Amino acid sequence: MSAVMRAAPVRGPLARGLLGLTWTWVFVVVLLPMLSLLWAGLRAPGPIAAALIRPDVLHSLGLTLVITLLTVAFTLVFGAAGGIVLVRGRLPGRRLLDAAIDLPLAVSPVMIGLAFLLLIGRQGLFGPALSQLGVQVAFAPLGVLIGTLFVTLPLTVREVAVLLEELGTSEEEAAATLGASRWQTLWWVTLPNLREALVGGTLLTVARSLGEFGAVLVLGGAIAMRTSTATTSIHLAIEERDLPVATGLSLLLAAASITLVSALRRRGGAA
Amino acid sequence: MTIRVQGLHKAFGATTVLRDVSLEVGDGELVALLGPSGGGKSTILRVIAGLEQADTGEVWLGGKRVDHLDPQARGVGFVFQHYALFRHMSVAENVAFGLRVRGIDAQARRERAHALLDRVGLGGLGGRMPHELSGGQRQRVALARAMAPEPRLLLLDEPFGAVDAKVREELRRWLRHLHDQLHTTSIFVTHDQEEAFAVADRVMIIRDGRLEQAGTPTEILDAPATEFVSRFVGDVNTLDGVVEGGALRLGGLSVPAPELQEGQAGRLVVRAYDIKLWREEGGPAVVHRLVPLGDRVRVEARLADGRLLTALFPQRSSLLRGVEHGAPVAVELTRRWIWPAAGPAAHQ
Repeated sequence: MSAVMRAAPVRGPLARGLLGLTWTWVFVVVLLPMLSLLWAGLRAPGPIAAALIRPDVLHSLGLTLVITLLTVAFTLVFGAAGGIVLVRGRLPGRRLLDAAIDLPLAVSPVMIGLAFLLLIGRQGLFGPALSQLGVQVAFAPLGVLIGTLFVTLPLTVREVAVLLEELGTSEEEAAATLGASRWQTLWWVTLPNLREALVGGTLLTVARSLGEFGAVLVLGGAIAMRTSTATTSIHLAIEERDLPVATGLSLLLAAASITLVSALRRRGGAA
Repeated sequence: MTIRVQGLHKAFGATTVLRDVSLEVGDGELVALLGPSGGGKSTILRVIAGLEQADTGEVWLGGKRVDHLDPQARGVGFVFQHYALFRHMSVAENVAFGLRVRGIDAQARRERAHALLDRVGLGGLGGRMPHELSGGQRQRVALARAMAPEPRLLLLDEPFGAVDAKVREELRRWLRHLHDQLHTTSIFVTHDQEEAFAVADRVMIIRDGRLEQAGTPTEILDAPATEFVSRFVGDVNTLDGVVEGGALRLGGLSVPAPELQEGQAGRLVVRAYDIKLWREEGGPAVVHRLVPLGDRVRVEARLADGRLLTALFPQRSSLLRGVEHGAPVAVELTRRWIWPAAGPAAHQ
């Protein structure tokens, strides 16, 4: 891409005009809001620091962290397995599975939150059965986890599937002719080759888990000290005009996002 | 180990790639599967290795039927055209992989990998990663890796297809040399006839999913069994005509054709180096072009009906005296084949 752009350098008044327009657009839509957030933080560091160590705020941060870690663990296993099944499997229903995995990218998380409530909420299809077992999903941390798992489902699977297509089957065939069992081939040949995709998918998954709001709000209910995550806490703080909490949490999430984006870019540049 | 393949048939969807292929390879032989691309050569190899399943047919290795076995149970070494080295493993780890899966301890693996790398001329490169090697080096690593578990049979799929001409030449000689030392029964696939004849004990010509002929290079060259084989091997002229008065008539040239009937359409196949031309007033052809090729000269002569004959002469051959553009020449075919013409038969 960059080689192509170098080959056709931007010149002339029209090109300069377009460049100016793009910069203005990015400044207004991305940089200006970020700067105002940063400014708000710099103006009142004391109250923000105090707000960030409040128990309810710490709880929401902790929950976000735990949910993110669990989600990463799940998507690593499911992403590798799902990607391998999608690309290497010759099972009936593979195409339907392929399409279903992309669904979370297309539908609104809020809608999915509702769909899950209808399924496993107190009034839901499996609600009574679940509460008999003593398992509460809706408006409980488990609901937050399920919502996050749903929205991050396609990310690692897709990365793995794309890389597997690219790798082809010849190394796996070579391993088979050398006497490796299917498990040995999986552990020693296929999975090590998938490292790049698993790292990339994990970065995307972390970014999405930290930032997810809709599904988490609907399924978790944003109950303070119980199911409120970083994002839903920001939402609550804004409702209550609690600017230090909102600003502090936002700055933390922004810092995490910028770190992730730069990690992703470095990875893309190295590849 | 002997190989016997019986009645292989295979289709991918609507495309038939193997049609009733049967072949045998003796213990310790080095055999080439030669033929045009897409003719099914690689598929035969992959079926023997167990990487593909034939729709029908049997594969016997060393007197044991194996076509129900997985590749890992067949004890067959396979070398892939594009090397298929494990990209995240070092060269030594690649070579040792077949030993690692058998649970051989690390020390023994290292020693064996070193010995094999020395043998293929890559001693000291064990610590490199595959992407740090040239194409020729990678192919030798692939071969060392395939040899490590001491397979009774070695299959090589276009082993030199991805390296440049000079390295290919070197690898050929080296493969022949290695085979002469180890005597592992081997089959390699190639679409390069020079490669097949230079390296193999026996050559099998595969076309369109069929085995056309199996034989020593001399047999294939001197006694082609089918029209295709005569045409495929060597630098040939192919001319179609009709038999009149016991000879195939080709624009002023008549070639005795006792194998065909009167009025039948026939095809003459003659190699460029089996044509002799010399200057003769009233000869059946006229010299069209002379192309110097270094040690040889290519002479293109036009027959009365406009068709071209291409002959090869050693440079400074005495026959070339007076052979120049526009000169009439006599034509003699020292070895030629006449086949019933392919396609619709000619009617009188």
